[in-house]
Amino acid sequence: MSLANEGLIVTPTKVRKRGMISYKTRKRLIPLFYVAPATFLFCLLMLFPMITVLRYSLMDGAIMKKDAAFVGLRNYVTIFADPVFWQSVGQTLYFTVMSVIFHLLIGLAFALLLNTQRVHPVIRSILRVLYILPWLFTAVIIAIIWRLLLDPNGVVNSILMALHIVNFKVEWFSSTKTALHALTFANIWAGYPLYMVSLLAGLQGIPKDLYEAAGIDGANEFQKFRYITIPQLMPIIISIALLDFIWTMQVFPLVWMTTGGGPIHATEVLSTYTYKLAFSSYEFSQASASAIFILIISMGATYFYIKHQKAR
Amino acid sequence: MAKRSSFKNTVLPTVLTYLGLAAGLVFAGFPILWMFFTSLKSNTEIFALPPRLLPDHFTNVAYLSIFNDPVKVRFFLNSYLVAGVVTLLTLLVAVLTAYGFSRYSFRFKNTLNVFIISTQTVPPITLLIPYFGMVVAFGIFNTYFALILTYMVFTLPYAILLMTGYLNTLPRELDEAVLVDGGSSWTALWRVVIPLSVPGIVATAVYTFLLAWNEFLFALTLTKSTDMRTVPIGIELLMGQHAFEWNEMMAMSVLGSLPLLILYLIAQRYFLAGLAAGSVKI
Repeated sequence: MSLANEGLIVTPTKVRKRGMISYKTRKRLIPLFYVAPATFLFCLLMLFPMITVLRYSLMDGAIMKKDAAFVGLRNYVTIFADPVFWQSVGQTLYFTVMSVIFHLLIGLAFALLLNTQRVHPVIRSILRVLYILPWLFTAVIIAIIWRLLLDPNGVVNSILMALHIVNFKVEWFSSTKTALHALTFANIWAGYPLYMVSLLAGLQGIPKDLYEAAGIDGANEFQKFRYITIPQLMPIIISIALLDFIWTMQVFPLVWMTTGGGPIHATEVLSTYTYKLAFSSYEFSQASASAIFILIISMGATYFYIKHQKAR
Repeated sequence: MAKRSSFKNTVLPTVLTYLGLAAGLVFAGFPILWMFFTSLKSNTEIFALPPRLLPDHFTNVAYLSIFNDPVKVRFFLNSYLVAGVVTLLTLLVAVLTAYGFSRYSFRFKNTLNVFIISTQTVPPITLLIPYFGMVVAFGIFNTYFALILTYMVFTLPYAILLMTGYLNTLPRELDEAVLVDGGSSWTALWRVVIPLSVPGIVATAVYTFLLAWNEFLFALTLTKSTDMRTVPIGIELLMGQHAFEWNEMMAMSVLGSLPLLILYLIAQRYFLAGLAAGSVKI
């Protein structure tokens, strides 16, 4: 192996020949050799692009103009003055908060159902695989499944009309009243399995004697759930919810493929707003300003996430 | 009285549990079943009234028209190629990094670790804009290379974290034995650590493949011509062109989900093996 020539192979004879200093230096260099490729890639694909997007956001006509001038915070002022931007912020927040809440509720419910001893283990393991299924589907496929189901002539409307819950064919994705809710619902369906899997692992890690001790003290099922299960799961709930908040806030393909942000911006979220600024209007500088805005919110949440992970 | 309380304590909760599980099954499974059976319907049957889950006449026209269309077959080949190469490169870099992380301490280790964790949460849209500029500047716009390179940014963090976690479960004594015998850390990595890490590597590979296979935003923006498009973009194009050929779009979705489904079922086995291997005593 060529590494022998680079001096990375440390044999006892070589150590004695070269003395302690070179041995120490080599020892220090070995780990750097292993992490070098990743470090290089992260510099190229993270550090450099971050600096670039920040620079774009402070320029006039980035990418499009050869001699783009530095204009300070003007792009930020422009997007902050745009009512559609603030509408997108509000809708992103609604979409994200509702998704996180229902992901948690459904994921927890499924995890509790799968953790119960009342059901045969074989049935439980089969159901666990089936319940995970929505998570394996690409956002694009989730989008078209729900477009088919929620089509005005589709099966959901047929069922709701047969049950007399609605009395006309609801245009779920193309009415300004329902589009955001329909979109949020599709995202809720697609996203709960991550919670389910993590919470199930968490439930199985709770020591049984906690429940036994509570039983001896006369606690009922609800009290056990409220004072043992929930506190024991809390660290997992917080980290998953924070990650989910960050990722849901950035969702693009599902929105793009169901409504494209429409009708009339009714489902515009920050990512579609930014994407359109960049690749439909070619306003790369304004898009960069908007992208930096999303980045700052994500990084704020990431800070709490890392702090929480370290505290665990 | 005794009968009543046994009903309340055992029968009722069991019935409620099964009801809950059944409701969950409908919630999770119905949309997927509907997709699958729609792909086997003829296009005239799709919005039949009253709606029926099972087709009256099973037909494979949707699948045939995909297999007979070289443009659509190309979407799949592109996806397999890009996701495959991304998986291989990611694994190579991730295993090296994880080995460095798990076996050594060095100066910027903590900084690098925080950097990798926070990369997981950087919005793709924020990276997309500079990537577009970079890819055009490098002259790799509309190539496989543009996708393979940029996909690494979101596959690497997971792969590194998963592999580091796995390598931490392997006892250090194993590779230290190689060092004592006069081998290098490089030899220890390839001869001892990697062979023992197969379950972890398989699990990481499956997850990486899944991420790369599902990617949409970069593929949408960094490629342009139809022959460079991947499956998710192919479905988007299909949707724009023939908005009413639902059976074909569902067939495309079934074919697009199949590799992930199969890989997941394989990986589940390896996840269990991975857990068992965590407690090796060789």
